[in-house]
Formats: sequence, C-alpha cells, structure tokens
Amino acid sequence: MGRTSTLLLSAAATVLAGTMPALSAWQPQKPIEFVATAGPGGGTDNLARAVQNIITKHKLVEQPIVVVNKGGGSGAEGYVYGKASAGDPYKVIFGTSNAWQQPLVSKVAFNYTDLTAIAAMAQDEFLLWVKQDAPYKTAGDYLKAAASGEFKMGGAQSKDTDEVLTRMIEKAGHIKLTYIPFKSGAETAVQLAGGHLDSHVNNPSESLGQWRGGTQRPLCVFSPKRLPQGAKVTATEGWGDVPTCVEQGLDIKQYEQPRTVWLPGKVTPDQAAFYVDLMKKVQATPDWKDYIEKTSQVDTFLTGAELDKFIKEDLEHVKQVAGEQGWLVK
Amino acid sequence: MDNLGELLHGFSIAITLPHLALMVIGVLLGILVGVLPGLGAPNGVSLLLPLTFGMQPVSAIILLSSMYWGALFGGSVTSILFNIPGEPSSVATTFDGYPMARDGRPTTALATAFGSAAFGALIGVILITFLASWVAQVALAFGPAEYFAVYFLAFASFVGMGGAAPIKTIVALAIGFAIAAIGIDTVSGSVRLTMGVDELVKGVNFVVAVMGLFGIGELLVAVEEEFHARAVSSKIEWREVFRAIGRLPRHSVALLRSAAIGCWMGITPGGPTAASFMSYGIARRFSRRGRYFGTGEVEGIISPETADHAAGTSALLPMLSLGIPGSATAAVMMGGLMIWGLNPGPMLFVDQKDFVWGLIASMYVGNIVAVALVLLTVPVFAALMRIPFVIIAPLIVIICVVGAYSVSNSYLDVVMMLGFGIVGYLFKKLFYPLAPLVLAIVIGDKAEDAFRQSMLMSKGSLGIFFANKLVTCLIVAGIALLLLPLVLQLPRLWRKPASAATETTAQETAREKVTI
Repeated sequence: MGRTSTLLLSAAATVLAGTMPALSAWQPQKPIEFVATAGPGGGTDNLARAVQNIITKHKLVEQPIVVVNKGGGSGAEGYVYGKASAGDPYKVIFGTSNAWQQPLVSKVAFNYTDLTAIAAMAQDEFLLWVKQDAPYKTAGDYLKAAASGEFKMGGAQSKDTDEVLTRMIEKAGHIKLTYIPFKSGAETAVQLAGGHLDSHVNNPSESLGQWRGGTQRPLCVFSPKRLPQGAKVTATEGWGDVPTCVEQGLDIKQYEQPRTVWLPGKVTPDQAAFYVDLMKKVQATPDWKDYIEKTSQVDTFLTGAELDKFIKEDLEHVKQVAGEQGWLVK
Repeated sequence: MDNLGELLHGFSIAITLPHLALMVIGVLLGILVGVLPGLGAPNGVSLLLPLTFGMQPVSAIILLSSMYWGALFGGSVTSILFNIPGEPSSVATTFDGYPMARDGRPTTALATAFGSAAFGALIGVILITFLASWVAQVALAFGPAEYFAVYFLAFASFVGMGGAAPIKTIVALAIGFAIAAIGIDTVSGSVRLTMGVDELVKGVNFVVAVMGLFGIGELLVAVEEEFHARAVSSKIEWREVFRAIGRLPRHSVALLRSAAIGCWMGITPGGPTAASFMSYGIARRFSRRGRYFGTGEVEGIISPETADHAAGTSALLPMLSLGIPGSATAAVMMGGLMIWGLNPGPMLFVDQKDFVWGLIASMYVGNIVAVALVLLTVPVFAALMRIPFVIIAPLIVIICVVGAYSVSNSYLDVVMMLGFGIVGYLFKKLFYPLAPLVLAIVIGDKAEDAFRQSMLMSKGSLGIFFANKLVTCLIVAGIALLLLPLVLQLPRLWRKPASAATETTAQETAREKVTI
C-alpha cells in the first residue's frame, strides 16, 4: 500500500468519522406503537391517526406504525401504560394538557414527569358558546344574564380543562355557574342544541357543524387576538369574526389546549431527538396544514425548554384554580 | 317526497361497480372481525380508517359502513355457536341462540338470526330515509333526565320480566353496577374501586367480562356435566337455511315489535345493546312461548337480533344529523368524517347531499350484499359444531385468552377474564341470572352519569324526572314494567293460601332451570 493510499484512507476515515454521529443516531428497528389517550373518534385519536397517515404517506419512517386507543379513565390508561413502558422507545403517547393536569386533581398512578415530553404540536382554542336563539349578543350580555345564578354550563369531563375554564369565567365575571360534566365535547354541543344547557366552552371543531347548522353560536374566543379569518363558516361569519372575550369585558386573555406527544420515561436523548425531528418533518407537510385547517386548530410547535416552560406555567395556573376549588389531591 | 328523489339519486351513486366491490370487501372484512372475538366492529373500523384518507368520502363511508354491517352479522356467529358474544349487542342472542345450536340446530339458529337481523336493518334504513328531519328533532329533546329515563326503561323491562328469583336478579344487578363503577367517574373525576391496582383506572372492559362469563363459564359447566357427548351431528343443509327464513313471517308480531324497539333505542340514543336486551325482555313477557325462553326458542333469537340491527342502523342517523354517535362504531366513523373534511351536524344534509344520500342508498344495497354473503357462509359455520368437544374446548380457551389480551394488550385483562369465568360458573351453578349482570356492566355507568347530571341540573330535586311529558311517560312506563310482575302475582297470592306451597316450589325449580 503506497503512502498516497494510506493518506487517502485516513482522510476517508476522518470524513467517515465526521459523519458517524449522524449514522449512529438512533433509528427505529421494529414497528412503532402510537398510543392515543382517548377513545376512537376524539380529537386526540384524530391527531394520532393523522400523524400516522402523514408518516406512512411520505415514508418518513421505514417501520410500520400502529395506533392503539387507551382512553380509559379520561386518558389515564394511556399515560399509566406509558409509565409502565419506561425505556421503550417504540411507544409514542398522544395526549393533551391532561398529562399534567389530571395528576393534580385525581389519584391517578402517573405524573407527567414519568414521561419524556417530545412536543406540543397544535393548540386547540376555546370559545364561549350559547344557543342560537339566546337573547344575548355579547359576552357582556351573557354575564349580566348569568348573574341570576341559574345558568348551566356544560363541558367534557370533570375537573378537566373545560371545568377549569368555567371556574375562571366565574371568577372573572363575578357569577356562579352550575357545571355539568359530559363524556365529550360533541355530547355537550348536542345538549346545548337541545336547550338543556345555557352555554359551553367547546373547541372550534367540536361545535363547527352545530354553528353551521344554526343551533348554536360563539360569543367570544379565549385568545389574545382574533382567530385567522379562513373560510366563512356560516353565510355571513367565519372564525375571524368572533370577538375576543377581553374585547367584550370577560377578562380571560388566553386559554388553550395543547395537543402533546410523549415518549415513556428513561429513553436516551438520541431516541427523543429522533421523534422531535420526526414530528418536525410531519409538521412541514401540506397534509399537516390540511389537518390543522380542517380541525380549526392553531399550528404551533413547542419542544425542549420552550415546552418545559409552557408546562410549568400552565401547571402553576391550574394549581391555583384547583386550589381555590379544593380539588387538589393530597 | 323530496327524500325519495334524493334516494334515487343516492342509488345512482351507490350502485356502481367500484362501490359494489367496496361493499363486498367491506362486508367480508366485517364478518371476519365480527367472528374473531376481541376485534369487533369499532376496532375493525378504526384499523381500516387510515386506508380511507385518500378516498372520496362517499367511497370511504361505503367501505366502512359495509364493514360495520358485516361485523354486526359476524358477531352473532360466535354468540350462537360458542356462547361467546363478540359485541355487547349480541349478548342477548346467546340466550336462545346457543341452546338451539347445541340442540343440533345451528343452521336454523344462524339463518333465523341473519334473517331477522336483515329485517331489523331494513326497517332502520327505511326510517332514516323518510323521517330523517323529524328524528333529528326527537333526539334533541333528550337531556340527561330523558337519557336516564330511557336506561331506566331498559333495566325495568329486563328486570321486571321475571325469570330468576327477583332477589337474585337484584344481587346480579348490584354486582354489575359495582363493576361498572370501577375506574374514573365522569361526574366527580375521581378514581373509584381500583383497589390499588393502577391499571384498573381504565375500568373493566365489557369484552373481557363477557368472554369470561359466557365463554369460559359455559366451558366449565360443560366440562363438569357432559363433556363426552357434546359433538353435535348437524348436517350441512342448504334447504334448512331457506326454510328458516321462510318461517320468519310467522313471527311477524315479534319482528315488528323488536324493530320498533330497536329504532326507538337507536334514535334516542340508548344504543343497540340496550335495545337488544330490552327487546328480549319484552318478548319474554309477551310471547306466548315466553316461559320456554332460554331453551332455544325462535323468538328468543328474533327479538334481540332484529332490535340490535334496527338500532345499529338508525344509530347512524343521530351521528350524521347531530354529531352524536349512537354506538362505538359510529363514533369511529364520525372521527373519519372529520378527517375527510365533513362536519357531522345539521348542515350535512344540506351541504353534502351526495354523501348523505349515497350513504343511505348504500345501506339498502350494503345490507342486501351482507345478508347474501352471510347466508352463504351459514353451512360452513354450522359445520364447526361437528368438531368434537375435546378439540373445540381448548380452541374456545385460546379464543377467549387472545380476545381478552387484544382488547388493550394487557395481561391483567386475561387474568380478569379467567376470574369472570369462575364468576360465570358460580352464577350458573347457583341459578343466578347472568343477563342483569351484563346489562349493568354495559349501561350501568351511563345510567349513573345521566342520573347524577340530572341531579346537578335540578339541584337535587327528583322533580326533574316529571318535568315534561316525554320524561314522565318514559319513567311511568319503566315503573309500570317494573311493577307488572308484582301486580300479576297479587291475585294469585290472594287465591292461594300457604297450602299450595309445594306446587309453587315445583314451579320455581322448573323455572330456575331455564334461568339464563
């Protein structure tokens, strides 16, 4: 072997060594399980299936992906499963903010710290909805009418996002509401349409069909600024026409529900990085934009320190509300 | 008559070669997931869902709904042949279907079940076609109090029909309620009765419970009693399939009554499970041969099957027009609708006429395709009964274990399933009825939620159950059904003093034998 070739060889070795970290970065070697912490058909389930579909369609991962539903116990089933699978990078858990909210208010056998946070991929907005033929036109009118103390507010689940927001409205508007928990937002929307409730705080996608059908309408959105205009929902109005609640004198600046993605605890940084990267790739596809638009969510991507900060802030906030209501588990 | 024109337009969409092919594929896949316990229609449909994302919404819903029909039919097969209900709604079919099959008439049992199921589905579709807008209004009138009243009616119609000793029925119900309470409570959000087992937070899955109670429980009883003589010599008889179908019109009262119950429960939306139980209970009370129910009566198969399918079909209507799914499978399909970019709700009928009427037309065609395919398979399935018990018994154990495990890939479920097997065996040996137990497990928590929601709304006053005509009628009907057996007993008690006690005991034992 001549000197040149030795030189070339070592050069090649150096080049190779340089690329080594990228090659040795973790890649899945067997099928991946997507765990939706909700029953089939809900928002979380839709997200898991949409991501699965995008990954398969664009061939972002070589391995097959299966979606399983573990929605028992308001999602606790899926998180407990994630906790029990510590160190297993082939289980990806899809949830919402209930990953950190639920352990605060009920004795479930997990905490969000048992899992590895990957990303928050989309934010679902909340709106204040009333029946179409209700007399009040603004959130201000609503608060005045609700001062009688006879109003019934519906929502999905107990001591979860909907009830937290209800308690915030009570505090901000100096009113008292009777909160009635149902199994899902869709069920709540129908109860409002039937006149069994006075209001609810559904996400846009949960009441979109009902708004178009003229059974209920949004009074205001719990967001710092109005939603993007988009297509008209009814003949005259679209999401962008809904005023913010602050504009109307209901002082709750922002309330959103992130759709979150987790790995079990004790996975390596390499493995976590692989999934962060994968979710970023998913988000860059046109199919993702399509999904976001069809479900009327807001596109966001929080990961790492940013996500951590978001969780901590939300946690503080929920802790305060839950503390005032006496919900905290000892 | 606008609807008729729309329907004809729908047929022009549904009856095209690709769509007919999709129906056949969907139905065959559906029969497969229906027959394999633990899979079931909701899971099957969600497995297939991602494949439909690239399709036209009409084609996608035709595929999924055909699969739903197939699974509904397939679910009855295991109930009848092996006493393992694959779906909650086919539990009531086991009560008479299984005894009949074991009696050497599996062909008759299957053909009767399929025939009456098809009839129920047909009535359901006709209802959807002509009453879509009216039905949507009815469903809106249902608040928590009305929901509770419907569940109460289902319980009452089943409990009041007698069968077992009333006290045993109540014990079975109470155990069922306790099991239904396990897990997270919707109204308070707190965890109940998990006894320190973290995994129990998800609650007890229905499939796990029935596989143990019926599949394993029955097996234990069989092993003890008669395990050599269990192979049934059933001939593969094509003619019997048609004869069984031909005999159906004789039971037209049962058919019509069950279809009416099914449609009502599908729309309101009490769901197919409550419908099939209620229909069976009412048939048992009002049928002339009611006291033979549980031993392989034809009407005992017709009633739950017709109601199940009528409810399953009409449950799609609230999903389309209101966005509330009437069954678990409808919930999955609703998720699909959203992903395809359609929003279930009142506007769907206006904005997406092609989709809605294409779907409704495909229900007619799809059901005909399904019943034709499924009748062809009857002799094949019936032949399974000829396999000797020593071979079939281990197979049933395997099916139950795999089925329980595949519900949520959990080992605990397998252990619970075996535990339920022992409970099922004890219930049989001690003449406790299984049906109220199962009914309470399935709709107990829903009834509880509805009751407590009503109490929240009324601030604790029971007056909410008599607040309007609808809810008052439902509650009064429920109470009447509950008290009927007592009232019927009264004159007899009057006439017969204690001396006739011996005769009564003889009657009691005879009746206990047929306890289900």
